[in-house]
Amino acid sequence: MSFYDLIWLVPLFPLAGALINGLVTHQLGLKKSVANIVALIGSGLALIWGWAAVLQWYFTEDHTVSYVVKVFSWISGGDLPLLSGGTAPLEVAASYQVDPTSAVMVCFVTLVGFLIHLYSVGYMHSESDKAYSRYFSYLNLFMFAMLTLVLGSNLLVLFVGWEGVGLCSYLLIGFYYEKEWCASAGMKAFIVNRIGDFGFLLAIFFTFGWFGTLEFSELFAVLSQHHGDALVGAATIIGVLLFIGAIGKSAQIPLFVWLPDAMAGPTPVSALIHAATMVTAGVYMVARCNFFYQLSPNAMLVVAVIGGVTAIFAATIGLTQNDIKKVLAYSTVSQLGYMFLAAGVGAYIAAIFHVVTHAFFKACLFLGSGSVIHACGGEQDMRKMGGLKKYMPKTYWTFLIATIAIAGIPPLAGFVSKDAILAKAFEAGYTDLNGFGGAYYGLWILGLCGAALTAFYMFRLVFMTFDGAFRGGEEAEHHLHESPWTMTLPLQVLAFGSVIGGLLIGFPGILFHKENWNFIEGFMGPMILGAHGHGAAHAGGHAVSFGLEWALVGLSVTVAAAGILVAYRWYKTDPEFSIPNAMAERFPFAYKLLLNKYWVDELYDATIIRGTIGLARFCWEFDARVVDGVVNGTRHVTVGTSFLSGIFDLKVIDGIVNLIGTINQTASRYFRRLQVGFTQGYAMVMVFGAALLLAVFFISF
Amino acid sequence: METQYAYLLNLICFVPLVGALFIVFFLDKENSRAIKMTATVVAGLDFVLSLPLWFLYKTDGAEFQFVTKLDWIPSVGVQYFFGVDGFSVLLILLTTLLGLIAVYSSFTAIAHREKEYYVFLLLLQVGMLGVFCSLDFILFYVFWEVMLVPMYFLIGVWGGPRKLYAAIKFFLFTLVGSVLMLIGILALYFYNSDGMAAIGLPGLGNAPTFSIPSLYEIAPQVPPELQFWIFLAFFVGFAIKVPMFPFHTWLPDAHVEAPTAGSVILAGVLLKMGTYGFIRLSLPLLPDATIKAVGWIGWLSIVAIIYGALVAMAQKDMKKLVAYSSVSHMGFITLGMFALNEAGLRGSILQMLNHGISTGALFLLVGLIYERRHNRMISEYGGIAKVMPIYAMFFLVITLSSIGLPTLNGFIGEFLILIGAFAHKWWWALFATSGIVLGAGYMLWMYQRVFFGELSNEKNKGLKDLNLREQWTIIPLIILAFWIGLYPKPFLDRMAPTVDRVMERVATARPEAALPMVVHVSAVDQHEEHDEAATEHGE
Repeated sequence: MSFYDLIWLVPLFPLAGALINGLVTHQLGLKKSVANIVALIGSGLALIWGWAAVLQWYFTEDHTVSYVVKVFSWISGGDLPLLSGGTAPLEVAASYQVDPTSAVMVCFVTLVGFLIHLYSVGYMHSESDKAYSRYFSYLNLFMFAMLTLVLGSNLLVLFVGWEGVGLCSYLLIGFYYEKEWCASAGMKAFIVNRIGDFGFLLAIFFTFGWFGTLEFSELFAVLSQHHGDALVGAATIIGVLLFIGAIGKSAQIPLFVWLPDAMAGPTPVSALIHAATMVTAGVYMVARCNFFYQLSPNAMLVVAVIGGVTAIFAATIGLTQNDIKKVLAYSTVSQLGYMFLAAGVGAYIAAIFHVVTHAFFKACLFLGSGSVIHACGGEQDMRKMGGLKKYMPKTYWTFLIATIAIAGIPPLAGFVSKDAILAKAFEAGYTDLNGFGGAYYGLWILGLCGAALTAFYMFRLVFMTFDGAFRGGEEAEHHLHESPWTMTLPLQVLAFGSVIGGLLIGFPGILFHKENWNFIEGFMGPMILGAHGHGAAHAGGHAVSFGLEWALVGLSVTVAAAGILVAYRWYKTDPEFSIPNAMAERFPFAYKLLLNKYWVDELYDATIIRGTIGLARFCWEFDARVVDGVVNGTRHVTVGTSFLSGIFDLKVIDGIVNLIGTINQTASRYFRRLQVGFTQGYAMVMVFGAALLLAVFFISF
Repeated sequence: METQYAYLLNLICFVPLVGALFIVFFLDKENSRAIKMTATVVAGLDFVLSLPLWFLYKTDGAEFQFVTKLDWIPSVGVQYFFGVDGFSVLLILLTTLLGLIAVYSSFTAIAHREKEYYVFLLLLQVGMLGVFCSLDFILFYVFWEVMLVPMYFLIGVWGGPRKLYAAIKFFLFTLVGSVLMLIGILALYFYNSDGMAAIGLPGLGNAPTFSIPSLYEIAPQVPPELQFWIFLAFFVGFAIKVPMFPFHTWLPDAHVEAPTAGSVILAGVLLKMGTYGFIRLSLPLLPDATIKAVGWIGWLSIVAIIYGALVAMAQKDMKKLVAYSSVSHMGFITLGMFALNEAGLRGSILQMLNHGISTGALFLLVGLIYERRHNRMISEYGGIAKVMPIYAMFFLVITLSSIGLPTLNGFIGEFLILIGAFAHKWWWALFATSGIVLGAGYMLWMYQRVFFGELSNEKNKGLKDLNLREQWTIIPLIILAFWIGLYPKPFLDRMAPTVDRVMERVATARPEAALPMVVHVSAVDQHEEHDEAATEHGE
């Protein structure tokens, strides 16, 4: 037995922690220290076992194929007819797998997860014991679900994790359930995600319907064998349906509306679930299922367009928000857009690479904002902050590093991964990928503009929060303090990761003629199906000339620097923010449009939500009046008929009966006289009768 | 047929009857404690007696096991014929468990006429168990009608303000259905024996019998036209019980007015009678008619799924919401079985259990809050998670089970049904899956309005959380929900032989009515290709 043979223990440790904290610590109302120990051991063991398993697997097994560990047989549905005309047995196992894709995910999820558990110890200390153990129970449960998601070896186990993280997200967004808006935000997240799940479930059905299996490695094998265009239609349908699921989970247009509201949850939750891990599940899933997209140019284009448009769309909203967490939330939506843009140009590895680097710097930013909010006594409005750098230097420096990283300044992690994406997008345009070169050029330009906006709004955030003078009033100023070590240590680790993470795992070797220095490209390469099913994916690619590559780097650094410079002019050198204020007055419509997030929430509320509720009310009226009306109508008709027939019975039928009785009675009153008992009288009647009969007899013959 | 341990079924079916008679004759109506104790002990004993079926039923054994077969009215071929397969074993276990919970949950909810109440509850159980055990049509019909009477009284005597309306509606609706079903039974009976000259019905000339297994044998010989009419008669009977759209309007009334235990049994077991009837009788006995009916029953099911969910969303009364959600959930069950493939049928049977567990628990939970506040309006509540945390937790787990969250029971059933429906007609799954989105909508919306937000209503501030007895009415159902969600194999294994046999019998339909799933000659080539592909990627 080896660590990776027991890979299923990785999600099981946090599950055990969740159960202990939920059923014992919480119910018995034990102290916070107990919840701490349980939760940290749960996520800590997942971290240790996860890394140990991945490393051991890397050095002992062939790491170009998936190592599948079947735990038990889960669902068996008998033989099912397939769309191709044959049948296949529906056997789904609860099974986990170790392969490059899941290895990358497990390593960063356990690391970031553990750090955020540690951070939460400091952040949540003012909660009551009960709420505290509830929080950690949910957080551990989330780790279980997320690890199940990334380790699952088939679509259905992935779906278990997918729904599980959704549930934990629901529970943690609505953690402060007494507040109406928190609970509503949780419900919104769940239901919007369910709309995405609709696509995901259909994709599962279509996958089984065409291929008779849900196992990733089997699907990969089948699809890499295929020749010609036979499966392109199937791949397109499945790819688009899966992507609908990803749109929900990863908050892309048009289902992004839940993520900004999800900031209602505690800030460490925003960092872990709504920035670093769960929301990237959609990207992971698309990368995991790249074999469908690789076969389908149309599905790829859909992914790229949605991703690229979301990247710039969310960035524009981020420009005007004043709530520190809302800026970060829209930034997350925008960065997720970049990841899908990468996936849509076939750069799945770049997408996963950006998932990892983004996890570091965005978690660092969210946790930093949590540290700020913590210091400001729950205040989230940046207009009431300012000058915090002298009160909380550790938070400031780590936040600044992460900001530089996300803005795309070399050589920090965000630059390396984002530049890889933009280079791939450009390359897709340049090589006229799938004949959609024009579209890809357009998306590359959108991505470049988005990069400038990102640099701008992130530095705007930093300057508004940490520079200048404090604007929150004197009383609040007294409470400003640096956070405890449990909160700053994770910040420092994450900031460190934001600096070196990019070069470490995804060295842009192509710029230095050192392609094999790019670890992640080489490591994950075998997981990507070669385009159109022929051969393995070409890892580096030399479509774009060496000089052009460097020119692209220069271009993206230039736009980032421009964004920073504008932010500096507008928000650093001028404490009154007069230029942006003047801009807002000059273009009131544009400003309101962005401030109100394009009124998308209002639009959905007026159409989809009201429409559904209206339809529900209509159906209910219909049911009560028409369907049940028929039933009650039948009853009234029956009762009415029986009432009438009762009258009929009483007056007519009974009347006839009575009439006959009366006739008899009356008649008998007269005939009675005949029967008085005189024998002579009877004899006489007999004689007359006989005579009468004889007369009739003779006359008739 | 296996006759080993045959006494078990008879004991399981009639122990509640003995218990009921004991209460009638030996217990004073004032002695409420003794009545409750006796009822609980009897229901508990019945549950314990039914447990061996789980272990003793052999999946590779004869079709029907634990068989008792005695002559009852030999002149017309009526028998006392008991026997079960895996499908009925599962439903019997569900019945005895819910029966016990129903008794146990009524201790404080029912305060007047307790003696009669528990007697009726036990009699109801006799009827339900009898239906699941019977393999003779007349015996089946007798138990079918026996169920009706105690339920009528449970609603009519211990119900809410409109109890009489609801009770009579329930009674008449189901009576219409069962009379039609009887006509169907008789038609089949006469066709098998000497026919009925008066209506021009020919006969096969076999010895007259009401035995269901014997009639399975002649099913392929019944002409399609006759099958159609019998199917229609059965359909009305079963569709009312399920209830399928548009025969469902008795259900919300009956549920809203019934006492909690009545609702639990009604949703948990009585609704399953219809779906049980379809799978036990309609499908295997009338294969041609079944295949012809697939199209429109599929659509009726889809309408029930979406329409039931939408109507549930508009409800203001928690119990009515749960009642309409049943219409939607039962739509999944009928959809799965009429997909006529293994996955669909398995999912359908599993979902019968799941619906009994989840909806049974939901009615219990709504009943618990009703007992405290005598109000079921959603708007009366809000924020009660604060004062009733355990209740809130239980309610959440059951809500999640009801909306089909993976690792809980509802997901397995819905997944199998949907993938089965997909395999039949992919757009069935397209429409039915939208029911899952709506399901999450109405359940979570209710949950949010009841449990979250501020605790603003003064009357709710003093609400007591569940006591130990109340917790133990829910906990077994929660354990089952997780068990089925995580490891459904024991359940699926037990129903597999039934599903296979039903499939075989449906496949005896005449070729002109052939199913799309039956591999036709033209598809053989593709089939072989697929096999090749399978071997390839196996290497």
